[in-house]
Amino acid sequence: MNKVFSRPTVLADVVTHYCPGCTYGIIHRMVAQALEELDAADRAVGVASVGCTVLAYDYLECDFQQAAHGRAPAVATGIKRASPDSIVFTLQGDGDLAAIGTAEIVHAAARGENVTVFFLNNTIYGMTGGQMAPTTLLGQRSSTSPAGRTQERAGRPIKVSEMLATLDGPAYIERVAVDKPGNVVRAKRAIKKALSYQQQGLGFTLVEVLSTCPTNWGMTPDEALARIGREVVPYFPLGVYKDIGERGDTAVDLPAKGGEPA
Amino acid sequence: MADRLLMKGNEAIAEAAVRAGCRFYAGYPITPQNEIPEYMSSRLFEFGGHFIQAESEVAAINMVYGAGGAGMRAMTSSSGPGISLKQEGISYLVGSEVPAVVVNIMRAGPGLGGIQPAQSDYYQAVKGGGHGDYHLLVLAPESVQELVDLTALAFDRADHYRAPVLILGDAIIGQIMEPVTLPDFVDLAELPAKEWATTGKRGRRDKRIINSLYLQPDQLERHNQQLQDKYRQMARTEQRSAGYLLEDAELVLVAYGSTARICRRAVDLARAEGIAAGLLRPITLWPFPTDALAKAAAGAEALLVVEMSAGQMVDDVRLAIDCRLPVHFYGRMGGVVPSPAEVFEEIRHRAGDRSAGRSAGSAAGSTASSGGDGRE
Repeated sequence: MNKVFSRPTVLADVVTHYCPGCTYGIIHRMVAQALEELDAADRAVGVASVGCTVLAYDYLECDFQQAAHGRAPAVATGIKRASPDSIVFTLQGDGDLAAIGTAEIVHAAARGENVTVFFLNNTIYGMTGGQMAPTTLLGQRSSTSPAGRTQERAGRPIKVSEMLATLDGPAYIERVAVDKPGNVVRAKRAIKKALSYQQQGLGFTLVEVLSTCPTNWGMTPDEALARIGREVVPYFPLGVYKDIGERGDTAVDLPAKGGEPA
Repeated sequence: MADRLLMKGNEAIAEAAVRAGCRFYAGYPITPQNEIPEYMSSRLFEFGGHFIQAESEVAAINMVYGAGGAGMRAMTSSSGPGISLKQEGISYLVGSEVPAVVVNIMRAGPGLGGIQPAQSDYYQAVKGGGHGDYHLLVLAPESVQELVDLTALAFDRADHYRAPVLILGDAIIGQIMEPVTLPDFVDLAELPAKEWATTGKRGRRDKRIINSLYLQPDQLERHNQQLQDKYRQMARTEQRSAGYLLEDAELVLVAYGSTARICRRAVDLARAEGIAAGLLRPITLWPFPTDALAKAAAGAEALLVVEMSAGQMVDDVRLAIDCRLPVHFYGRMGGVVPSPAEVFEEIRHRAGDRSAGRSAGSAAGSTASSGGDGRE
């Protein structure tokens, strides 16, 4: 009998602190698989951020630095410059990356820093208990938008992938989701592609992963998965927002539209 | 053979850093330290190093955290407003035990303040600055030569203690040009391996984690106790100071950095008039040179602290002598630099006080005066 699946060795055999129904575990597993498949785990250095990704260093078997809130792209920059043949990646939530860390992410992307950012967008501050994030959808209830986010009081959500794709620096930006098996397969492909681009020295790569937070959304795991397709994807369309191509010598900016990944 | 050159202070820091093995610099423009990033932006590349003009001071210190964590000798520099922004990163460097050198070429505050010399970031430098229980090793040069020497020391001590080290200069030291003898280049291959650096496992079995998060209070307390052990060791072994005419000094001036040079001239003027003044110059501001000051004060009748601030070092001086003697203060603020004549006037005034005080039998106390407010 063929063995078709086993735990990637890069994924530590430990119980995570993630809530039931949280998709962060799936994302960690895919990062671990991609590092293993690319034979990059031995040179990998992760950057854990403040938020629910903060304990990633306990879950992935590679070197790690923990970063201050929002600063992971700056920390990753320092690590990569100091050790250019390391494979450097960050795991950042939407509060971390899209609020307090906007300057760091924009400029790491603009510099074309040869690092990979995994942007875990669950439209809320998870670790601190469900406050409104820059990605919280209009109408979405949170502990700091108890009646639902309104444009009048809090503006509209930030579309990070679209925004960063306007820069010339990034090599590859794709938004994926992990709400159903087909999307998980696509997400895995994107994660591996981003790390592979870094291996090839093509420059800044970012994969935005639409993720669930059943606890702070006040939903069951099933309801949370269903919400991704119903409410989150319509505002944050899946797709490739930037891809300079494997060889990196032909800049092909794909249209920032929804649809299946290229 | 050592290189003898005429160099501006800021450029000398940068050159000394490169010679000390610094291969990563990230910074952000702010006067009066711009020559440091400018110099680094070409010089570092000659050695395969990295210069990044960061998007902010916050990003710069975090880049240094990344590079320092990955094992590279790394530095950032700024002046007051930018150093305030770096405090978050400094606290993380401390908590994660990542070596780095941070340079503050002080300008006058608070707020945007001004760009003229000041020493008003003393509290921030020696009393913490960022969040958490910690100290930085704080080095205060008074000349371009000492800047060079202390920059080399800073990198060495940062690696030794796995801790950020702060060089606290001021706009005079940063901008002045003086002849310097530059040290030879450190051979990076000769430095001890950093067994904690995040280089990727590369065949290692265990992963390395650089982190300041401890969710269990008992673990975090142990971590803090270990940091405090480090500070106790620094307090025992890192105190540095220089004395001038202290042997028979009845009035001991205490001043650091540019102000110490001004005070040395004032002491000469006082000596010429038969006033037994001397100077104790702290070179480390943390740890404060308590032992040397206590010794210098043993035969003295009073102390006079001179700073380009409202008197931030005065507390440390009082503590060093257990408040046994009167500690006077003379300071200028806002970028105004005291002249030797002004300080000499203050010395003469205090010397007069002492003779008057002796006849009146006054008790030990302390007073302060500043040029801006007149004397009490």
